[in-house]
Amino acid sequence: MLSRLQRWHDLKLAFAGLASLMLASTATPAGAVAPETGDLPELVGGLATASYSEKQALIKQLVQTHDPRVRGVLDAMLEGKLYSRTSDGRLFIAAENNDVLDITDPLTGKPAGSMQSGDAGKIGINNQLRKTLRVALAQFDLASTDVNVRLEAVREMLRAVDTESIAVLHERLAVEPSSAVKREIRAGLALADLDSSEVSVRLAAVKTLAESLNVDVYNRLTAMSQAPAEGEAGEGDPAVRAAAKKALRTIDRKRSFYSIAQTLLYGLSQGSVLVLAAIGLAITFGVMGVINMAHGELMMLGAYSTYVVQLLMPQHIGASILVAIPVAFLVSGLVGIAIERGIVRHLYGRPLETLLATFGLSLILQQAVRDIFSANNRPVETPSWLAGSLQINEVLAITYNRLYIIVFTFAVFLLLLAILKRTRLGLEVRAVSQNRGMAKAMGIRTEWVDAMTFGLGSGIAGIAGVALSQLTNVGPNLGQSYIVDSFMVVVFGGVGNVWGTEIGGNALGVVNQALEPYAGAVLAKIFVLVFLILFIQRRPRGMFPQKGRAADG
Amino acid sequence: MNRGNVLKWAVAGAVTLASMTAAAEDTIKVGVLHSLSGTMAISETTLKDTVLMMIDEQNKKGGLLGKKLEAVVVDPASNWPLFAEKAAELLEKDKVSVVFGCWTSVSRKSVLPVFEKDDGLLFYPVQYEGEESSKNVIYTGAAPNQQAIPAVDYLMKEVGVKRWVLEGTDYVYPRTTNKILQAYLLQKGVKAEDIIVNYTPFGFSDWASEVSKIKKFGSAGKKTAVVSTINGDANVPFYKELGNQKISAEDTPVVAFSVGEEELSGLDAKPLVGHLAAWNYFMSIDTPANKEWIKKWHAFTKNPKRTFNDPMEASVIGFQLWVKAVEKTGSTDTEKVIAALPGLSVGNLTGGTATVLPNHHITKPVYIGEIREDGQFDVVWKTDKEIPGEAWSHYLPSDKGITADWVKLKCGNYNEETKVCSGQNFK
Repeated sequence: MLSRLQRWHDLKLAFAGLASLMLASTATPAGAVAPETGDLPELVGGLATASYSEKQALIKQLVQTHDPRVRGVLDAMLEGKLYSRTSDGRLFIAAENNDVLDITDPLTGKPAGSMQSGDAGKIGINNQLRKTLRVALAQFDLASTDVNVRLEAVREMLRAVDTESIAVLHERLAVEPSSAVKREIRAGLALADLDSSEVSVRLAAVKTLAESLNVDVYNRLTAMSQAPAEGEAGEGDPAVRAAAKKALRTIDRKRSFYSIAQTLLYGLSQGSVLVLAAIGLAITFGVMGVINMAHGELMMLGAYSTYVVQLLMPQHIGASILVAIPVAFLVSGLVGIAIERGIVRHLYGRPLETLLATFGLSLILQQAVRDIFSANNRPVETPSWLAGSLQINEVLAITYNRLYIIVFTFAVFLLLLAILKRTRLGLEVRAVSQNRGMAKAMGIRTEWVDAMTFGLGSGIAGIAGVALSQLTNVGPNLGQSYIVDSFMVVVFGGVGNVWGTEIGGNALGVVNQALEPYAGAVLAKIFVLVFLILFIQRRPRGMFPQKGRAADG
Repeated sequence: MNRGNVLKWAVAGAVTLASMTAAAEDTIKVGVLHSLSGTMAISETTLKDTVLMMIDEQNKKGGLLGKKLEAVVVDPASNWPLFAEKAAELLEKDKVSVVFGCWTSVSRKSVLPVFEKDDGLLFYPVQYEGEESSKNVIYTGAAPNQQAIPAVDYLMKEVGVKRWVLEGTDYVYPRTTNKILQAYLLQKGVKAEDIIVNYTPFGFSDWASEVSKIKKFGSAGKKTAVVSTINGDANVPFYKELGNQKISAEDTPVVAFSVGEEELSGLDAKPLVGHLAAWNYFMSIDTPANKEWIKKWHAFTKNPKRTFNDPMEASVIGFQLWVKAVEKTGSTDTEKVIAALPGLSVGNLTGGTATVLPNHHITKPVYIGEIREDGQFDVVWKTDKEIPGEAWSHYLPSDKGITADWVKLKCGNYNEETKVCSGQNFK
């Protein structure tokens, strides 16, 4: 409560400056009488019974009173905290507390007791109102002392520009200390200037905006590059038209560059998911030659481990993902070792039996999960540091979860490479996979190496499951949807080659994403499969086949 | 266990058996044909519970025609051919008087021949693509003109949407609905270049480029909306991606036809606030009937958090209509009950009435709701009165002049020009 009051007080002070500025400059046009502070109770009271479109008008009028108390009312309305009492229709700002509403008067900010939640109706808002409210509130934020708040406020205001907000922005530009905010305001005002009736103003605005990647600018310039036609907006002045065309050419070039960059990024992110799903298989199938149909279910176990970890530490969702990585590695790894010791080791050299046994196992694991966790998908929360997107510029953005997946996959890949090339286990794995008899003769415990290798591959599948829990639904069928893709990537990249998996997976991802805008998601996938079949016909051993003695495995 | 005990148990068993058969003789059997396992179990299990609750209620009131109702629950396991087998089992072996069941259109299409051959009666409670009217089915869910068309109307008139993305999962319901919507939008003067139609596979999860395509399409300076017929699992990653790419409902609203309270209950709804759904019922609608109903539902399921949704309301309406028809005819004979159904009305849970039409669809109100933070909906728009369901869409050129009428014409697909009845399940 204290902080709320404090904030209230700050805003009041901040607003006083802005309000006096606005009052001094925005002369009210004769005839239309702007609402005054005295009208406030009546206007606010009107919200209780107004329809959505009437509320729209009321909000505009409320803002025009330039009364600092309006902010609290609008804020509460946006947050859904504004209620009207059924008995007398009075409005209150209310905080819900177990069916009891603690209410405060919206204008005085004083507590007004409490009421049952059944005795009051919430003031409903819809999307259009939400937007109007945000834009209106942004005008108040413009006077904030925090640069970022001001920057956000300017952007918010530019979503819906009218003469009123242009006037406010002009005022702000004159006193704004931050250059970033100034730049944003200028760009916004230039956009508004494109509609000016003065040719010189329009020409200047086009020149200012020639570098902008903003979509509104792009749409306006496209319209301005044509002469006015019947029923269509256009540009009458040839000089402005030419300038608009020139600016468009520059912008188009930039946009197509960034769109290629975007396809590449999306492709890499999809490819990384493929690689992550396949890289564990690259070890069990690629290096050991075991066709493990339960590989997908090992990923599923990893995803469920994430879910369980989140259940155990509900207060620390942000850290839960990091904790889940080793947990999932251990869970899936141990299950993997159990599978190898219990089933696979009896079936070495009999691929068909291995395939059937592990397929049966995958069904058992799915059903086990169904019985333990229910058949429904489990909600795995996304920590805040994984949500949202990194806006590189106005046309290029990548969501954080995809960015992290790319980085994470590459880290897992490097780690695996290091294990295989730099550790004793890696050396033994390679030795056993190349010549089992000779390795045994040299004193390597091949059985132990088999178990460890299978465990390593399975554990990495578990880690992949943690990542997938952030991208897709965590349910008993999670594994099934990735098993085909995983085999596809390993075969394409070249069996027995971790590098091949990394490059193959990313290549398939990029090809898929490049095709998707033209062919649609369904056809793109089919094209990739057809391409893969043709490729395997030409090069049965994949992109990077094993060479020399290793190839005989 | 000594001998005396064995005898005692045997006698007890025999008595129980005897009493059971005795009871079975004067019960009316009600078939419940909803998947209780497999992918559709999430949605269909609640419908089974709804029907069981209705039966329980009816029995507490003393049953029907002086007999108790008995539920026969089977599990078609989300397996479409199995639906037909289980339907045959219910109709031929268990001799049920009525069946409440099916969710997906493909399961309904699969059981249709069985119901027509054995002359059964099916109440189908889910919104669907239309283009069908069977003598043996009462459609208590919405036809496209009771969900899709009003939703698009709302966006066009109230929100001022000029550009449309029709995004769906690749199967029969989205494809037919989008075909109708596209024809409708073109008739309303929307330019062809302002509509894109897009399909993704079941369970799609890599939405990055699909969503950025929507974003790009929506940034052409005209107000854009997404009409989503995305079904099932794929919705979760879709909405997550919308949130991540910062597509806000204020700029580009998404109106969904397959996302309701049940689907949102397993999801963090914060990024979805303001996106829309069109249904004929919302749990949050504040009417005495609805409040009381939800209280009963929570008591029956012993879970105060269980959601109630549109197809469940449609199940309730279907059950009440059947009870009324049986009471009116005084028999459970399907032929008589089917003949009695058109024209019957019962109250729905939102304060209106549901009347069975001659085309075997019912009248329904249409609501547009905006998603709230708690996964419920705020109604932002509703129709003034109930809309009668249309089996055949008059926006599709191929449906011109086709009517369904089981009262006068006795036909589900009657061509008014050629005066030919093409059978009840033509196409």
